[in-house]
Amino acid sequence: MTAALDREQARYVAAQAADARINFEIETEGMTLNLGPQHPATHGTLRVVAKLDAEQVISAEPIAGYMHRGYEKLSEVRTYPQVTTLVNRIDWLGSFANEVPFILAAERLMDVEAPPRAQWIRTALFEMSRIANLVLFAGDTALQLGGQTAAFYGFRDREYVLNQIEAVTGGRFHPNFDRIGGLKDDLPKGWIADTKLAMEKVRGFCDEIDELVTGNEIFQARTRGIGVIPGDVAMSYGLSGANLRGSGVDFDLRRDAPSGMVHPELDWTVHTHPDGDCFSRWWIRIQEIREASLMVDQCLDGLPSGPIMAKVPRIIKVPAGEAYVQTENPLGAMGYYVVSKGDLGPFRLKIRSASFNNVSILPWVLRGVYVPDIVSILASLYFILGDIDR
Amino acid sequence: MSGTILALELSYWQQSVLRSVAVLAAVLLPAGTFVYLFLFKMMSFMQSRLGPNEAGPYGSLQLLAEVGKFLQKEDIVPAKADRKLFFIAPYIVVASVLLVYVAIPFGPDAFFADLDTGIFYILAVSSISIIGVLVAGWASANKYSLMGGLRAAGQLIAYELPMVLAVIGVCIQAGSLNMFDIIRAQAEGEIFGFGALGNPFILTQLVGFAIFMVATQAELTQPPFDMPVAESELVTGYMTEYSGLRFLLFFIGEFASAGAFAIIASTLFLGGYYLPGLDMDANYMNIVGPLVVLGKMMVVGFLIFWARFTYPRFREDQLQSFAWTVLIPIALVNIFATMVLKVVF
Repeated sequence: MTAALDREQARYVAAQAADARINFEIETEGMTLNLGPQHPATHGTLRVVAKLDAEQVISAEPIAGYMHRGYEKLSEVRTYPQVTTLVNRIDWLGSFANEVPFILAAERLMDVEAPPRAQWIRTALFEMSRIANLVLFAGDTALQLGGQTAAFYGFRDREYVLNQIEAVTGGRFHPNFDRIGGLKDDLPKGWIADTKLAMEKVRGFCDEIDELVTGNEIFQARTRGIGVIPGDVAMSYGLSGANLRGSGVDFDLRRDAPSGMVHPELDWTVHTHPDGDCFSRWWIRIQEIREASLMVDQCLDGLPSGPIMAKVPRIIKVPAGEAYVQTENPLGAMGYYVVSKGDLGPFRLKIRSASFNNVSILPWVLRGVYVPDIVSILASLYFILGDIDR
Repeated sequence: MSGTILALELSYWQQSVLRSVAVLAAVLLPAGTFVYLFLFKMMSFMQSRLGPNEAGPYGSLQLLAEVGKFLQKEDIVPAKADRKLFFIAPYIVVASVLLVYVAIPFGPDAFFADLDTGIFYILAVSSISIIGVLVAGWASANKYSLMGGLRAAGQLIAYELPMVLAVIGVCIQAGSLNMFDIIRAQAEGEIFGFGALGNPFILTQLVGFAIFMVATQAELTQPPFDMPVAESELVTGYMTEYSGLRFLLFFIGEFASAGAFAIIASTLFLGGYYLPGLDMDANYMNIVGPLVVLGKMMVVGFLIFWARFTYPRFREDQLQSFAWTVLIPIALVNIFATMVLKVVF
């Protein structure tokens, strides 16, 4: 060892010590705050580990998997008609919409197509489950920001839609109504008129919520410019649905890649918002409720007559092959990749749902925000825990 | 000091006992009325829910049922909590409300103490509850509680200032800090020579009233200023670890102080126990006066709770900047304008 090296080392150690002392004097002590797994802002058993500097978030990491349910594996030991009972439960707020892409994938493999009447009813129910889902989103977002009243309005108007879904399917949460090749039943008597009334009430809800929440100065102060996600970042994280359109990307599977439903024949618009903040995501969803209610009206007006089931064998065996179908579900793109070996049940099923991507952007978007903004960002990204932990 | 209440000559000690019982009633009565009428009934009506309907006629016994429920609950103290402070905190909050009621006049003889610096005293003791909240947040040994307590301290101190500044306008116009003098100034005041209605200060101090109500909302830590409890992010903040009786005490404290601030607002801006057409020095005002105060309190309370149910929550920094950059400058301008007009007229 030479003396020069020793000196260098001593200088280095001294510099390190000085740095450490300065850091110790300047830096405030960080705090780790666990939001969840049981926390009102996480809609379920999501855990967000946030490192805080006073009220500012330095880093945040979402941890999912507290309620893993293994639906992909379970469906491998079930027959095709039985799988719908499982996939119903993925996004429990808009459950009918979960069945549709799976049924469409199976139909594509079997090369059958549902009769026109079934397609129109399917589209109506699909959009109604979107309303049932997003109405609750509107209420919940307001509740997360401290506005209680809107939450109860959301629950009230969800009832109108759920009652109509119940009247035709018999189920409120788990309709299990979709069949390969069509639907289980036709519409009951008087249902169309009742549904039109319900849609009228839903549009009334949108006006009400616009007055109560959207136009509120505090709500705007809490959401405008908060949690901004630019369009390219949203694309790279695989966001979909209203989160993507809220970042100014004009993409909607119902318009751009329609499959098995009658959306191309309806008159509606895809709304986008350039800001990419919490407010734009909220605004998009409120517009989507309106559009969906108008779509349901059109579906009921243009409903063709005819059978509601195509000719399919009694015992369904799906020919060998692979199919991937995705639809624009309430939360965003939801896809089912079905691999069949010609058996009674799928050989392998991979589900792609929107919530997982909505949550995976959290570390990026939560950096540097205040603690109260975590809540508004979580609410505006909108995820369902069942949708993440399949 | 002896007075005549209900045509009875009462000695000093009899009055003291009567007043001690009455101050308890004065705290619990508005708190109970607010909870039942506004929190249960009005809230459920506004939010299209059912509300309490089962316990008693129109759900009127719901309040007792809730109290019974809280009393049954286990008294839990977190293992790492500072036990003494944890126990004391709710009592500090309630004590602060009790002390506020001491200086409020309900009638010419129906009062607990006649202080020359009444409103000064009220504003001073009402801010004691900050200590209770801060102590509760600190002693709970919980991160949510700590953040809630610190936020509460910041918020309550910030909004103390606009509240005091709003009251100064009233004091200048009445020329006194005594609550009785403030009421008398409103009862005997004139609006451009027309004196039949008196001159409730809400007419001349409208800006002050607005600022006072906003600051009240913040002092009560109610939406849109419920940062300290923030149930969606801080899971009720400084109250997180409290259960049973202690939680109930916080709850009573919250609604009793809502009642207290509503009474202060109605005394300062709406003429207190004075009602046009009534002789404010007559003996019957000792009975009618409290009812008048209660009625005015309900009107102000309605405003408080209406805002509570409607607005979403501020963020911490927005809340602070609202107090310092909006409310305080306006309050200062209001004081200046009041001073100028006081000299001119």
